Order: sequence, then C-alpha cells, then structure tokens
Amino acid sequence: MAQYNLSTPLSKDDLAKLTSGDVVFLTGTIYTARDAAHKRIIEALDKGEQPPFDLDGAIIYYVGPSPAPPGRPIGSAGPTTSCRMDTYTPRLHSLGLAATIGKGKRDAGVKAALQEHTGVYFGATGGAGALLSQCIKAAEIVAFEELGPEAVRALTVQDFPLLVINDSHGEELYAVPNLAAAGCACADGG
Amino acid sequence: MRNIQAQDVIDAVAKMCMDANRYLPEDVLSAFKAAQENEDSPVAKEIFRQLLENSDLAQESGLPLCQDTGLAVLFVELGEDCRVEGGSLRDVLTQGVRKGYEEGFLRKSACDPLTRANTGDNTPAVIHIDVVPGDRLKICMMAKGGGSENMSRVTMLAPAQGWEGIKKFVVNRVAEAGPNPCPPIILGIGVGGTFDYAPILAKKALMRKLDDTHPDPQIAAMEKELLDEVNALGIGPMGLGGKTTCLGLKIAMGPCHLASLPLAVNVQCHSARHKEVVL
Repeated sequence: MAQYNLSTPLSKDDLAKLTSGDVVFLTGTIYTARDAAHKRIIEALDKGEQPPFDLDGAIIYYVGPSPAPPGRPIGSAGPTTSCRMDTYTPRLHSLGLAATIGKGKRDAGVKAALQEHTGVYFGATGGAGALLSQCIKAAEIVAFEELGPEAVRALTVQDFPLLVINDSHGEELYAVPNLAAAGCACADGG
Repeated sequence: MRNIQAQDVIDAVAKMCMDANRYLPEDVLSAFKAAQENEDSPVAKEIFRQLLENSDLAQESGLPLCQDTGLAVLFVELGEDCRVEGGSLRDVLTQGVRKGYEEGFLRKSACDPLTRANTGDNTPAVIHIDVVPGDRLKICMMAKGGGSENMSRVTMLAPAQGWEGIKKFVVNRVAEAGPNPCPPIILGIGVGGTFDYAPILAKKALMRKLDDTHPDPQIAAMEKELLDEVNALGIGPMGLGGKTTCLGLKIAMGPCHLASLPLAVNVQCHSARHKEVVL
C-alpha cells in the first residue's frame, strides 16, 4: 500500500500504477453526479448530444451535497452508495472516464471496465460529509440545476482523501464476509 | 384537557431535525471510541478517527454530519388528555420538519417514487402516531439515510425456522450488504407482528440506546449472541475489515399469527441520528 498526492487530470500512467489499498490525496477538479444526473447524461449520449463535461480523463464523485450555508462553498459532502450507478458506469469508462468516487461494492461490469479502460474506483469515508467538505474549496453547478442536490457540480478539491478500492488490475480492497466464523447456521450462505 | 400550542410543536420538531443532524448521541460517540480502542487494524482505527473528527467538525461548523440528512421519521405518542391547539397534529409535525430542513441547511431528499421529482422541502415525513394514556406529547425523530435503508429487508419465515432461521437471515443480510450501508452499522430486528408491523418494531428498536440492556434477560442474551455472530463476519468499518461490523443489535418482538414468523431487519448506518422530546 502506497500513498500518493495526485492532481487532476489523472493520466493513464497514474491510474495504472494505483493498486487497491493505496491512499490518494487528490487535488484539482472533479464532477458530482448521482442517480438522476447519470440518467440524464446517458440520455444525452443516446441522442448524440455532448455530456455536460468532458468525460475524457474526468473523475465523477457520487455525492448529493447538503445546501451550502452562508460563507461556505458547499454543505456536507460525503459519498453515496455507488452500486446504483453500476448500470451506467462501464459506458462512461469506455468514453474516457478515468475514475469514480463513492462507497460500497461495484458489480462485475464495472470491475471489467476498470481493467479494460485502465480506470480506478476510489472509496471516500461514508458518513464523514462534514470532514470531507473541508477539502472542497469551490463548487459550481455546470448542468441540471433543476435536480437540486443531484445537479452536476464541478468541485475544486484539495488533498481530498481517497482509498483505492478497485484498481485496473482486477484487485479489490473490501473484506470478504467470513460466513463460517459467523456460525454454522450460515455456512451454506442461504 | 391540556393544550399544547402548535407553534411549540413546530419549533420543537424543527430543532430536533437540526440537532439530530449535527450532534451524534453520546452513546454512539462512546461506541466509536471503544471500537477505535478495540480494533487492531490501522485502517479500522483510522476510520473511527475520521468519524470522531467529523462529529467534532459538525458541532463546530454547524454542517450536518452527513450530506444525506435523511427522510424524517417521527414516532409520536399523543396523550389522551392533551391536544394541539392551533393546528392539526400531522400538519403541525410536517411544518416542523419543513422548517428544520430549510433553516438548518439540510438536504431535501423526499421525492416521488417514479417521477423522482423532489418535493423541495423534505416533506411529507413518515409519521407514526399512537394515542396513549397521559397528557404529554412525546416525539421521537430519526433522520434516516437512504443508503442503509436500502440494505434493510422484510421476510416471512416459516415458524419451523425459529431462532436459527432468524439468525441465518440476519447474518446473511449483513454479509450481502457488506460495505454498502456505511458500517459499522446498528441493527433493529423486528420479530413477529404482521408483514407491516415487523418493520415498525425494527425501526423502533433503533431508537434504543446502544449501551442499554433489554429488560427481558432471554432477549438480551439473544441480542448478544446475534451481535457476536454478525461481528464475526469481519466486514469492519466501511467494509475494510475489522472487528466492528455492528455497534449494537436491538430486538423488538410482537405476537404473530399461528402460521407466521415475520422478520424485519432495519439497517442503520453508523451516523445514528435521532432525538426525542416530551412536550
């Protein structure tokens, strides 16, 4: 496990060297999108329209921030559960998306896309939205303002703390639940 | 008949919504500290360090603990010898939620299930009202996040499956959920009742303090047994491995039909935000 300070855009070399368990402090621009924004982005792509930001080398953060109180760029801003975006993610990687940030498991399709397109899935600490918000220096809505918390925002982040969960080599960080240790009643996994 | 002013209810509910989202209960913070001490893995210890720092920051800055400030779930006990003056109870409670989420800069997460259109003010809240003896109005408010709620399940077991079947379902549910509900989790287990009532038992169980002990020694022993099995899974904080998968497991039971053994598993993330007020 290594520790890196990286800046956006992430190069293919940056992405290829990351392995699951690495700690990354990320600085630069990332884009927020969650359920509703993904649906809109995919609909735009289906119609042959441009997505609201250049996907090539981009990083998407799955977050719906709380409203910004006066004097702050953004409210609380931790990750949401990533698996709801699994259905959209491989296509975005095929169009150049470098990485996603969220929490929780990804499906086989996303893991395959990370390997095929040299992408990375980062985890941020769920439920630490006030803490993570401190690393967000600016936030600007770039699309779908009407979606409120689900609008696409460009975030300027500084030393945003991330863990590599799934890397481009097929490795994953999450613990495998030990059903046998949890009692024989459960060993068959039913 | 004792009168309670509508505005007092509105203000109390609004304050509960704001406070619940900024201040974690003491029992939850104590559980974080104990777990941080108890963990061997540096990664697990670091997660607890971050959660404690996050709690400090939320208190100091006024930012909510988590961006998902939840749907507001209210359990209300209205004393038979009191009434709310100046508005109907459900309207007044709703106004309180609206005020709290607006003035507290909390996220509005309530939406239509199919069009996904956001209602814009985090209402309607989920409100359960019981009428009870007395002249007080008791309101328990929970800010329930979507990520952990999505990992919750209801099932109708066969009576023959019994306690072993209950344990098996709960352990497998937690294993399947893995890192998704923001572990370390808290589990509310509703056993019995009907298809609709078991989850209410489960959710009410989540209102209990982590460090309490069930008054029935047999259920207390069952809670400990199942908690130990869940923690043996080794999922750990954020699913990164460790001893602490679950901070507390609370069982609530109700009588059920001869043919049934309803079971509800309500999963709560580590950010267990709830408040209680008596007016």
